[in-house]
Amino acid sequence: MARKGMLARREGYHRQLNLAHSPMLAYLTPWLSIMLASYLPSLPIASAMPLAPPLGFVMLLGWRYVRPGLLPPWAGVPLGLFDDLFSGQPLGSAILVWSLVLIAIEFIEMRFPWHGFFQDWAYAALFIVLAILAGVAFSGAPVTGAVLLAVVPQLLLSVLLFPIVARMVASLDRLRLIRFRLVQ
Amino acid sequence: MAPPASRRSGHSRRAQYGIFTGYVVAGFGALLGAGLLTISLVNPAAFGGLRGAAHDVARPVGEASAVTRSEGQGFFASIAGFIRAGSQNAQLKREMELARIRLAEADATKQENARLKALVGLDDAQRQPVAITRFIGSTSSSTRRFGYIGAGSADGVRPGMPVRSPRGVVGRVLEVGRHSARVLLLTDSESVLPVRLSRKDLVAFIEGRGSAVLKVRLINLGVNPLKRGDVFVTSGAGGYYAPGIAVAVVTKVTGDGAEARMIADPAATDFVAVEDIYQAAALRAAQLPPGEPLDDAATASPSPAAMPAPQPTGGAN
Repeated sequence: MARKGMLARREGYHRQLNLAHSPMLAYLTPWLSIMLASYLPSLPIASAMPLAPPLGFVMLLGWRYVRPGLLPPWAGVPLGLFDDLFSGQPLGSAILVWSLVLIAIEFIEMRFPWHGFFQDWAYAALFIVLAILAGVAFSGAPVTGAVLLAVVPQLLLSVLLFPIVARMVASLDRLRLIRFRLVQ
Repeated sequence: MAPPASRRSGHSRRAQYGIFTGYVVAGFGALLGAGLLTISLVNPAAFGGLRGAAHDVARPVGEASAVTRSEGQGFFASIAGFIRAGSQNAQLKREMELARIRLAEADATKQENARLKALVGLDDAQRQPVAITRFIGSTSSSTRRFGYIGAGSADGVRPGMPVRSPRGVVGRVLEVGRHSARVLLLTDSESVLPVRLSRKDLVAFIEGRGSAVLKVRLINLGVNPLKRGDVFVTSGAGGYYAPGIAVAVVTKVTGDGAEARMIADPAATDFVAVEDIYQAAALRAAQLPPGEPLDDAATASPSPAAMPAPQPTGGAN
């Protein structure tokens, strides 16, 4: 892996003669894209049932798994706060769930350092299901069979969305590491 | 892939402390989240100001997307109309549907008039809406069903006011920001609305279930008189909604009631009107403790500032 990392570094990612990354782009892209994803589900459709996946959370998992180590373990606090402002859940529910999930991912990664994409997807699916069910439990409304039945399409959609979001994160990552010409 | 090398702190004390601090901050963050969650579950209105401000900031984007949404739907409707029998067909169908709803509402009005003939001098003037605005969007990823509209306290909108579209009831204002407000949609699982069948005297409650289907609960149990296609209108009980506004149409009759669908589906809603609370004085009087006499302040004509705030969750409206 170290060798592969060196290769990757030599090929694309490090500073070249007269070309450098923009620190602003490199640091802000993950945060801004997750915040945008948190806001997006409230826009395109005003539906009578919960259907849109929790896009902010899926995006967070995408960044966490595609680029481990980029988001600090405490990233769930500010990002969760932003998500709570727009998701309609009681304030604090995403802060709690996102923080716990990020900590859990850290510990799983410590125990099983090597993992491939399908393993990531399996973990992401587990966390998405847990997060949506926790969202139902914390929503302040009584949990009935009807409510649980209503979230099933959302669960499936969110789990299937993860690979697409992971690809989007990968292309955002390339955008993040674009090198600009230095002006002397 | 393996975790990046930056996570392996090795012998560097500084790196070890840095990683440890990250975990501690994350742990405290989770505790903070749990605390905030408890506060907002105990007192749902606690952070309304913060949410209101966030939605005020995001309002222009929401309105732009509302325009796109309604025009996009119009676009697809005309394509569909052309494929079937020309774009006029779609237009006519829409009008026909509205006319059917109006007819059901008119039935209800006629019936109500017959009932109220004895009460002369009842002030039933045309009610002017407080504000007419766009339906900006709704929470589509949370189990709670809230909508957002582009008018707030600056336009005279207060918590508790009913929100309706040209088709029928959409919901009730829950929280107001300066230029936007949060609406509890009928489909939210905390929403309960007293209704009346439009064709005969039959009262019921319509409850949201967090999905697209509403549940109709009859008050008098016995032989279920409902039929598929029955239209429910607001009964005016509870004092929030004026009577005779279309609410829902029965899609499936069950043993103890029925399943119904909203007539004013938020997905197809563009402009909405916010109306005044129907009987604000009576509502305020109802909130006084039983022993207390009704003074002038409780029964006088309501000033908007002193409007009783409804409980944000639970309770019949």
